[in-house]
Amino acid sequence: MTTPVDQAILRVRGLRAVFDTPEGVVHAVDGLDLSVAPGMTLALVGESGSGKSVTALSLLRLLPSPAGRLAGGEVQVAGVDLMRLSERQMRTWRGRRMAMIFQEPQSSLNPVMTVGDQLREALAGEDRRLPPAARLRRLVELLNAVGIADPEHRLDEYPHQLSGGMKQRAMIAMALAGRPQVLIADEPTTALDVTIQAQILDLLQRLQRETGLAILLITHDLGVVATIADEVAVMYAGVIVERAPRATFFASPRHPYSRQLFRSLPARGKRGGSLETIPGMVPSLRQTFAGCRFADRCEHVEPRCRQQEPPWLTIAPTGVRCHRANDLPPLTISEPVPAHPTPSADTAPSPLPLLDVSDLHMHFPIRRGVLQRAVGYVRAVDGVSLSIARGRTLALVGESGCGKTTAGKAILQLLRPTRGHVRFDGYDLTALRGESLRLLRQHLPIVFQDPVGSLNPRMPVGEIVGEGLCVAGVPWHERQRRVAELLEQVGLPDEAMRRYPHEFSGGQRQRISIARALATQPRLIVCDEPTSALDVSVQAQILNLLKQLQERQGIAYLFITHNMGVVEYLAHDVAVMYLGRIVEQGRLEEVFAAPRHPYTQALLSAVPVLNGEGPARIILGGDIPSPSRPPSGCHFHPRCPMAGARCRREYPAESRLTATHVVRCHLLGSGTG
Amino acid sequence: MVPHILWTDVLIYLLLAVIAGFAVYASRHEHLRTPWRQVTRRPMAMGALVVLLAFVAVGLLDSVHYRPRLPGSATQTSSEVRSALDALLSPLRRRTEKTYSAPFATHAHGRETVLRPDGALARAYPRLLHGGAHLTDGESRLADILVKVATATGTVLLLWLPLAAWVAWRQRSPGDGWAGGWQRLWRGESELPWRTLLLTLVVLLAAIANLAWLSAYYHVLGTDQVGQDVLLKSLKSVRTGLVIGTLTTLVMLPFALFFGILAGYARGLIDDVIQYVYTTLSSIPDVLLIAAGVLSLQVYMAHHPETFDNVTTRADWRLLFLCLILGLTSWTGLCRLLRGEVLKLREADYVLAARSLGASHFAIMARHLLPNVMHIVLIAVVLDFSGLVLAEAVLSYIGVGVDPTMDSWGNMINGARLEMAREPMVWWTLGAAFLFMFTLVLAANLFADAVRDAFDPRLRR
Repeated sequence: MTTPVDQAILRVRGLRAVFDTPEGVVHAVDGLDLSVAPGMTLALVGESGSGKSVTALSLLRLLPSPAGRLAGGEVQVAGVDLMRLSERQMRTWRGRRMAMIFQEPQSSLNPVMTVGDQLREALAGEDRRLPPAARLRRLVELLNAVGIADPEHRLDEYPHQLSGGMKQRAMIAMALAGRPQVLIADEPTTALDVTIQAQILDLLQRLQRETGLAILLITHDLGVVATIADEVAVMYAGVIVERAPRATFFASPRHPYSRQLFRSLPARGKRGGSLETIPGMVPSLRQTFAGCRFADRCEHVEPRCRQQEPPWLTIAPTGVRCHRANDLPPLTISEPVPAHPTPSADTAPSPLPLLDVSDLHMHFPIRRGVLQRAVGYVRAVDGVSLSIARGRTLALVGESGCGKTTAGKAILQLLRPTRGHVRFDGYDLTALRGESLRLLRQHLPIVFQDPVGSLNPRMPVGEIVGEGLCVAGVPWHERQRRVAELLEQVGLPDEAMRRYPHEFSGGQRQRISIARALATQPRLIVCDEPTSALDVSVQAQILNLLKQLQERQGIAYLFITHNMGVVEYLAHDVAVMYLGRIVEQGRLEEVFAAPRHPYTQALLSAVPVLNGEGPARIILGGDIPSPSRPPSGCHFHPRCPMAGARCRREYPAESRLTATHVVRCHLLGSGTG
Repeated sequence: MVPHILWTDVLIYLLLAVIAGFAVYASRHEHLRTPWRQVTRRPMAMGALVVLLAFVAVGLLDSVHYRPRLPGSATQTSSEVRSALDALLSPLRRRTEKTYSAPFATHAHGRETVLRPDGALARAYPRLLHGGAHLTDGESRLADILVKVATATGTVLLLWLPLAAWVAWRQRSPGDGWAGGWQRLWRGESELPWRTLLLTLVVLLAAIANLAWLSAYYHVLGTDQVGQDVLLKSLKSVRTGLVIGTLTTLVMLPFALFFGILAGYARGLIDDVIQYVYTTLSSIPDVLLIAAGVLSLQVYMAHHPETFDNVTTRADWRLLFLCLILGLTSWTGLCRLLRGEVLKLREADYVLAARSLGASHFAIMARHLLPNVMHIVLIAVVLDFSGLVLAEAVLSYIGVGVDPTMDSWGNMINGARLEMAREPMVWWTLGAAFLFMFTLVLAANLFADAVRDAFDPRLRR
């Protein structure tokens, strides 16, 4: 199934891209070979820092100059070597033969130009010389092709009037406008939600079928790879370490790095133990490598790995760059445990929940006019009730814009809720004010998603971690001792105390955040997507740490996330949120094994499954509606494949399926709740 | 001799203490130390710093005030207040002419009626009392000047060479000797830009030595209307310029910091009130406020002559008041900048995290917000400095600046403007003020540029 070289439309040989920095030359891409045939998708997979985005930019000769430059190799598109073209000739190639779509639809569209104008700019060749009427037809046709409804109207709109998914569709339309033969997609779905991601992947596949595009898909998400790729190339430290057809790759990955990546993916089957992690970090690309680049982190390392660069071995149909590819033991990934043995804590939930949220509302007024009168409300959180017992993890799941982060902040009283009660350990947080609330807050810390923004760049780590202790009035000496202890707990050396956040990697910063949260010995930590900005192998380390802390200290987590794999690995209970309300809630086993709400079902089916044999995918149309104008009746009915007349009229009541499993849907019989 | 402390002196010492405190603080904090270290590695910035330091030294010498004892009395002191700089420059002060004379002149600028030895009256350019008085009639002035320049420059070079050699010795890498050290120094390979530092230093020292040597015989920059040496006036003006440039900042900073951060952090009503105040304030023309302020102070001083007992105190009060008013009118710009930045920062996760740990509002503002806007403050302060020095000149020119009896570049320009129309033109007062102001502002701007680059996170390497 590997692409025969003669058919390939895009062929890259020995590509080398370097960056000149004051500290030395960075070899970001160091001898890369790949080829893609028409109608095929090659997925280039790698963690951050592996050089995959630089590869994409190099292919179009768009490296940021003067720091970055191409140091060698050839890139052939339809038999023409792009490296020999002048910049002027190159301009006629970009967008015509080869087009690119970027990760961030938000910043890739010009906010002051209409979609139509931007699309018109992207037209190429004969399309440019079309008479106005025909050109308009072509633009409409493009928007139709990417599935944007009402295209005539959309052409005159500005990017901010489109939703995230629609912007990405518009970007794809722009890429298609030049009728390219090769499409380079750099993390096209990373910024999107799972249900929207499923739509976009579906769209790419359809377009490929219709036009025979060759797609080079750059991603870090093995799930996306499993859904759409024909062939997979794994990149590590500037080189491709493994290339294989998708099925072969997922069935038997050959390179130790690929294998270790698979094992660090969180999944339900791994709940019992801790996840495997890859020790160390991606090596600095400033050095020259004597042996295998992965040697320092490899579990199968041998002396020759450090001395000799491994050759490219072909074990048909896989190609792999490893000395030991032939004699590695077969890969074992623990099988999913169908009936998960429930720990003792599960059977006897403590009578009094640690955190009890009832009917929480968080409405933001929309103010208009001179007098700033509220003309409406954004109902970000609209009646959420949940409870967490000691030492348990509740995962609050939903797409972006569903209000899960706002709910987290409202629970912590970082935003004062409009209505509802939050009881923590017997205290009603919503009734507390001023000093007493301030003192109680120490027991309810939060860990944020962004490892960069959540630490004050001007404070040494010791002070950051000691912040809560400082507030609690712990004397300086005692504080230093505690901080050292905490750093040790999260696996950082205590000399970290005197250093500043920018000296640490993303994973280490997240550890610092966790240490800060632990400082006041809390019983509950709110984790707001703590791992979504991290690479898979680092994510595994953080998840292990969180789990270990829960086991040792009995901390409860409110875990806000959109990553179903993480939920399955970590959570005891799950609450699925849609447009400010919880639509399904229950024990993990109940919700994930038998999701009853159509939204939960769609959400779970949209999660790309690694071996490709998941349940039939339900692709939801449309986007999440705006919480300022929620649909009538059940909020989900405009996107629900099973919606009936009743769903449009009234919001469904709770249906209690078991003692813990609660669903709000008309399809589940009425009257039980 | 009795020490006499003026109000501006107190504030200057206070400012010095603040700067010293900040230096100690910065040296203990990596995020502040790194950019400053970057500044020290820029040749242009370090050259500018040497020049700035020379100006500051003059200004500080001029800020040590005392009253000399009256001759023949053990207890009575003169009502005249002098400074250390005055004492140092007393030869210059004493050597006054009758009126205008051009730089390096031996004869007066204007013709006078003189009595010839033969008893006849004639219109002639009389010899100056001091300027070039050592020259006999036939001696060449140019040759004399050249000899003196050569002597002074030579002396400086002789003193400078050992210093340069010592630096080169320190710079040599282990293994190679003198030659290696010189080479590193010459090619600018040392960590600190020693080459530029040494060159600036030698130019500066040579200039000082020449001025000192020559001004003992000539009026290097000429004399003004009342025959006072222009070089002396220019040097005395340095303090005025520096005080305006720095004390104004000191006055404005607390307002800008406090209100800017508070407005951004608290939002709502507090923000509205602060915004109203500064939009109102910044829409009144500054000159109007300053003129009103200075004039009302003058009226007050006229009514209370007992409080302001001598000329120097009065001029000092006016200078201080000018700083206050300039400060009150110029905090709005920085305040607006800070408010905007804090509006952005208050939503940062680390601020939320601090709130979730129960930190008080004050702690958040002081520990989390202030350090993160410090780079903006620093950039604004250094950039404002040159603007304020120039503002003083403009204000004195239109008559609402510092006291007319006080030496300042603005007053020098103001006094010179009428003489520009004379034939032959009296250009040197204006020229001297221009030269000094230009050097100071250029050095300040070059330094500010380097500071801004070093603290700008987008340029961080």
